[in-house]
Amino acid sequence: MTAVTTAPADPETRVRRSPPRPRGRLRPWLYLLPSAAVLLPLFGYPIYMLGLLSVFDYRQAQVSGGEPTRFIGFDNYATLLGDQRFWSVLAQTVVFAAALVIATLAVGAALAVVLTKAGRVPRLLLSLAAMAAWAAPAMTGSTVWMFLFDADLGLVNQLLGIEGYNWFYDKWVTFGIVGATVVWHSFPFVMVTLYAGIQAVPSSVLEAAALDGASAWHSFWRVIVPMLRPLVTIVVIQSIIWDFKIFTQIYVMTNGGGIAGQNSVLNVYAYQTAFGSSEYGLGSAIGVIMTLILLVVTLLYIRALYRSGEKL
Amino acid sequence: MKILNWAAAGVALLALAACAPSTAPSASGGDDKSGTLRVWLFDEPNRAPKEKVVAEAIKEFGAANADVKVEVTYIPTTPARHEKFKGAFNDPASAPDVAEYGNTDLAEYAAAGGFADLSADLRSWPEGKDVGADLLKSATVDGKVYGLPWFIGIRALYYRTDVFEELGLKPPTTIENLTSAAREIRKKKPELYGVAVGGEYTFGALPFVWDAGGDIESLDSPEARKGVQAYTDLLSDDNCPPQTCASLTGGKTVELFASGKAAMGILGNFSRSAVDAGAAAGKYAVVPLPGAKEGAIAPAFSGGNNLGVMKSSKHRSLAVKFLQLLGGKAYQTKMYEAMGNLPTLTSARDELAAKDSFLKPFLDTVAAGTRFVPIDPAWVKIDNQKVIPTMLQKIATKQATVEQATAEAAAAVKAAFGRS
Repeated sequence: MTAVTTAPADPETRVRRSPPRPRGRLRPWLYLLPSAAVLLPLFGYPIYMLGLLSVFDYRQAQVSGGEPTRFIGFDNYATLLGDQRFWSVLAQTVVFAAALVIATLAVGAALAVVLTKAGRVPRLLLSLAAMAAWAAPAMTGSTVWMFLFDADLGLVNQLLGIEGYNWFYDKWVTFGIVGATVVWHSFPFVMVTLYAGIQAVPSSVLEAAALDGASAWHSFWRVIVPMLRPLVTIVVIQSIIWDFKIFTQIYVMTNGGGIAGQNSVLNVYAYQTAFGSSEYGLGSAIGVIMTLILLVVTLLYIRALYRSGEKL
Repeated sequence: MKILNWAAAGVALLALAACAPSTAPSASGGDDKSGTLRVWLFDEPNRAPKEKVVAEAIKEFGAANADVKVEVTYIPTTPARHEKFKGAFNDPASAPDVAEYGNTDLAEYAAAGGFADLSADLRSWPEGKDVGADLLKSATVDGKVYGLPWFIGIRALYYRTDVFEELGLKPPTTIENLTSAAREIRKKKPELYGVAVGGEYTFGALPFVWDAGGDIESLDSPEARKGVQAYTDLLSDDNCPPQTCASLTGGKTVELFASGKAAMGILGNFSRSAVDAGAAAGKYAVVPLPGAKEGAIAPAFSGGNNLGVMKSSKHRSLAVKFLQLLGGKAYQTKMYEAMGNLPTLTSARDELAAKDSFLKPFLDTVAAGTRFVPIDPAWVKIDNQKVIPTMLQKIATKQATVEQATAEAAAAVKAAFGRS
C-alpha cells in the first residue's frame, strides 16, 4: 500500500555496482527483516492456523474431548458454498460495507474541508469531538448509541416523543442506526488524514486555480482530489477492510444479529459458527473466505488505479 | 533466487501437511489439600440473596478447612456462558474447580470432556441417595454422573390478581382462555401487555408445542405446528406487539411482569424474588400453565442447574466436599428461601411443600409430567443457532408463515443432529 520509491539511478553508483554482488541483492530483504519479525508472528501465524483449521473437522470434541482431528480437505468450504444463509449474509455484508465506505468517506471528506475553512475555535471543537469519537472503544460507543435509541428510556425517543418505538425491529432501520454508529467511529481517521493532505497542498497551486477562475467546488474536485489520490487510496482501502470486517457494533447493538438473524454480517456469522456452534473448522473457512475477498478487492482497486495511469 | 523461492514454498507446504491443529492436553487434575478453590456460579437478575447464602457456605467450609480460600466468580447465563466454559475446558489454567451449569448444556460439556465423573462420590454420600432418579438422569450421560442436580426450575403462569379482579376475569384454565383473557386485558388496559411472551423465550414456547403433542425433533409435524401457532398468536398487536416482544428473552418477560407492565407471564418459581422486588409484589398469584384441553396442564420444561467438579481441578476432594456442602439439604433449603430455587433432594422439597403454599402450582405441574430437551450435544447447537427463536420471530414478524418457519426450523434441527 505504501508508496514504493525507486532509488534515483545515480550513474556513478551504477558503474561501481555492476556486476551486482549477492550482498546488494540481499539488502532489501535485510531492510524488510524488522517488519517481518513483527508481522510474521502476529499475522502470519494466525492466518496459517486459520487456513489449517479450515481444512479439518475441528469441533469441541476434537479440541478438548480427546477425539482425533480429521483432515477433510475442502468439505468445510463445500458446506458453506451450499448454504443459503451464507450467501444471504455475504450479500448483505457487501451491501452494508459498501454503503459504510461511501458514507464514511463523504462525511470524513466534507468535515476535512470544513476544518480547513473553519476558524480556530470551531476547528478545535470539531477536532476534539472527532478525536473523542475515534478514541471511544467500539464496545462503549455501541452501548452508548444503543442507550440513545432505547425503546423506553432512550434520549432520541424522548426528544421525538415516540416512547416505545423499537429502532431495532425493522431490518433496514436497524442497519441504519448501526451504520451511523460505525461511521461515527471511523470518520475521524478519514477526516484527519484528508485534512493533513489538504494542508500539504501548496497554496500557490490553489491560487493559480483561483486566478484561472476555478470555483471552490472545482478546485476541490480538479486540484485537491487529484493531488490527494494516494491518500484517498489508502483511506478507501482501510475503510473497505474495516467496514467489511465489522463485528462489535452489530454484535452488541443487535444482540448478535437482530430479530431472526436479519442483521447478521459475515464476521458475526463466522464467530457464531466457530464459537457458538463449536464448528471451529467451518468458522475458520468463513474467515479464510473473508480474507480472500478482501485481498481480491484491495488488489483490484490498486490495479484499477495503476491502469488509469495514476502513480500511488 | 527462483530456486530459493520454490524451496521456501516447499517447506511451507511440508509444514502445512505435517502438523494438524493441536488439541488441549487431556487434563488430569490433582488432589491438593490447600490453596484456592475456584467456584463459578451463575449470575442472577437479583443476586444479593444468593451471594449471602454462598458466603455462609464459604464461612462454614472455611471453618473446617482453614488453609483453603474459596473464590467465587459469577458468570452470565447468556449464551456467552458457552464460551466461558469452553475456554475453561481448553485452558485448565483458567478453569474453576467447582462450577454451576445448566442441565441443558450437560451433553455438550460431557462430550467436551470437561467435567469429572462423580458417580462414586455421590453414591458414597448419604444425602446423595435423596436425589430422585429422574433428576439424576438429567446429570447423567452414558451412565456417568457429571454433577449433582442443585435445583430445578419449573415455569407456571403468574397473573396479576388486581387486574383480574378489576376486569372480572378468572385464572385461565385452557390456552384459549389464556389468549382471550390476554386480549381483553390489552384492549381494556392498553398500557399493559396481556401476557408477556418473547420471540427469544424458547422455554415459554415449548410447553405450547409439547401440549399440542409436538416435540423439538419434529417441529414440522401438524401437532407441533398447532403449538407454535398457539404461541405466536400471542405475539401480536392485540397482546404483545412484535415491535417490542419479538426480541424479548425469557428474562425480559420476567422484568415486564415484575415491573407491572404485563398482566400475565410464564415465569419460573425461581423468578419469585425478582417479582417480589418489583411493582407487581403482593398483587399476583400463580396457576399451572394450562393446556389446550380444559383442566390439562401444559408440560413444563424441567430445567435446572447442576454443580459439577471440573476434570482439570487440582483440588478434587476439596471440590467434592464443597459441592456436597453447597448441594446438601441445609443449603438447598437456604437457597430456596433466598432465591426460590426448588431443591432436588426429595426430603427437602417435601418439607418445603408442606410449609409454603406458593409451591403448589409448581409441584402440580411437576406431577402432571415435565419434559426435557434432547440430552445430546445437538441441543446446544440448536440453542446457539437460535433455531427456535428464529422460527418464532419469523412468524411473529410475518417474514414467514407457520408452515415455512417450522419447516426451516425442522431442517436446522435435523442438520444439528446430523453433524454433532
